[in-house]
Amino acid sequence: MINAKDTPPILEVKNLTKDFGGLRALDKLSLEVFQGEIVALIGPNGAGKTTFFNCITGMYPPTSGDMLIAPPGKKQRRINHLKPNQVTAQGLARTFQNIRLFPNMTVLENVMIGRHCRMRSGVLGAVFRPKSTIEEEKQVVADSYAVLEKIGLTKFVNEFAKNLPYGAQRRLEIARALATEPFILLLDEPAAGMNPLETKELDKLIVRLRDEEDVSILLIEHDMKLVMSLSDRIFVMDYGKKIAQGTPREIKNNPVVIKAYLGEETDA
Amino acid sequence: MPSLAEIKKSLLTSIWFMFLTFPVMVIRVNTIYKTVEWRWWSLFYVGIGSFFLSFLWRYLIRRKETGQKKVQSGRAPDKSLLRSALDRPGIFIPALIVLAAVAVIFPFLFSMYQTNIMINALIYVVVGLGLNIVVGLAGLLDLGYVAFYAVGAYSYALLNYHFGIGFWAALPIGAGLGFLFGILLGFPVLRLRGDYLAIVTLGFGEIIRLILENWNEFSFGPSGIANIPRPGFFGIDFSLQQATTYIYFLMIGLVIFTIFVVNRLQNSRIGRAWIALREDEIACQAMGIDKTKTKLTAFALGATWAGMGGVVFAAKTTFINPASFTIWESIIILCIVVLGGMGSIVGIVTGALTLILLPEYLRAFSQYRMLIFGIILVAMMVFRPGGIVSTVRRTYQFEALGSKNDKR
Repeated sequence: MINAKDTPPILEVKNLTKDFGGLRALDKLSLEVFQGEIVALIGPNGAGKTTFFNCITGMYPPTSGDMLIAPPGKKQRRINHLKPNQVTAQGLARTFQNIRLFPNMTVLENVMIGRHCRMRSGVLGAVFRPKSTIEEEKQVVADSYAVLEKIGLTKFVNEFAKNLPYGAQRRLEIARALATEPFILLLDEPAAGMNPLETKELDKLIVRLRDEEDVSILLIEHDMKLVMSLSDRIFVMDYGKKIAQGTPREIKNNPVVIKAYLGEETDA
Repeated sequence: MPSLAEIKKSLLTSIWFMFLTFPVMVIRVNTIYKTVEWRWWSLFYVGIGSFFLSFLWRYLIRRKETGQKKVQSGRAPDKSLLRSALDRPGIFIPALIVLAAVAVIFPFLFSMYQTNIMINALIYVVVGLGLNIVVGLAGLLDLGYVAFYAVGAYSYALLNYHFGIGFWAALPIGAGLGFLFGILLGFPVLRLRGDYLAIVTLGFGEIIRLILENWNEFSFGPSGIANIPRPGFFGIDFSLQQATTYIYFLMIGLVIFTIFVVNRLQNSRIGRAWIALREDEIACQAMGIDKTKTKLTAFALGATWAGMGGVVFAAKTTFINPASFTIWESIIILCIVVLGGMGSIVGIVTGALTLILLPEYLRAFSQYRMLIFGIILVAMMVFRPGGIVSTVRRTYQFEALGSKNDKR
């Protein structure tokens, strides 16, 4: 372990297990992310990476294990039984492997949805429109636009999300997640389907988010070049188990990882 | 000139139609004299008619497809003439004034019968706008919506019968009960979506109707409740004519109120959450929207308008029984929403007026009334699947620099 710091990790997962009937999708998985880190989670297809994301974001209830968060400046707390929207309100935001934007809403509106959990006006506010609601509505448009500026999507601001080019849709997902003011971003294969140029831009964007926005990043990715250049630490999964962890250099030369990805050398 | 292939196609169509309509159009059995009359000439009409209509049909389909291509190639969909006209304040405001003027003089210009039909249509406008919250905005297919309408109507009728509560007190009570029942239905169906939700809501609608039909001690069963008073106005006695005019203006007021509230709701934080829920439930939740709360507010607020509509309905007809609240009503209201254009207020208003007024004015065609109505519905869905006013939803527009949020 390199990152033995005084502060607790901002995300700490202990012995997380998830069973689907008889199938053990996650097997006593432990992982931690520290403030300001970019951590990658890799593994062959079907290793349980997305299941892991779904567990921490509250989409699936875990079978056993603990998930703890410690937002910067706050006390550590357990998030095992929170609903997805509550997890997001706590400051964990995610993107999806298969893009899940709101296709018939504009780019701006998509980001505005991300701001939802930071707003307060209710039904009565909507009908009577007191000053506070008007102010809040103005603020949310301004805030959302500011997020789009950061991600570089302002030229699409009034476009429907479904009309965006693929790479821009991926970035819009990140923008929407960023609008929820997370302390950690969970990116599920952000580079999937991107061309080399777009991947390079994504690489820069992720580093910039970490440096300027003060968010830590946990990402699932198959693009090894991106993973190796980007991550501070890497966790490797196979069949729901953690098989290795370490710096990119350590992982690259780890025989267990090579075996998991390429199969047994002698059997070939 | 039509090509040979097209003529062949039309020929096949006409033969197919002749075959299909043969039993209805040709054979007439006279049960008294036990004779069969063969009306071959009507077969001829069907053949000729379908032959030419199939050309028209294909022409319209082609036109629609080229229109779609245009939309796909262009960046933004072309706004319709109507839409762009409405956008200009120079046209919109005078149009609104003319509309208001027509609405005001309507009951004095036309007979009481016409006014009554119009009141009916306006009730459906209110109820349709309510269902629009559930189906059009939140994307929850509700086939039992009429149950809330029944709740409103019976709450006025029963409260009046037992406690003598007047219309104006019953209106908010009916709305409140609608709200309550909306939540009651909302809870068990929170996990459901799409077809499953449709089936459960269908069941809910039938349960309410069956309770009203069979629980004699409570609702007086199929014989219903009669002599429900019309809305009062500071104790003044109205003639029937005056009372009708009064309800008409009351309904106009309620419609304006509904449009105002629904419009504000859909351009708010909650309205955005509803639309997001319709677009992608999982992403919506992951972005921090409380799914449970959002769904329940959609159900409850939608049901509120049905409750109010029900109270006015009871007051207008002065007699209600469970036969007014069958599944057919739910379907008509759903048709209004889908046909008018889901999520569009102008669309719902147009849809309600067309769907309720059209069958009335088609009475001239007597027995073919429903046939024509059906044909219009089918044609609408083929040629304008987005509804009469296809959803040009108002979107949040960002004007370059500055934080002004301008709404189209």
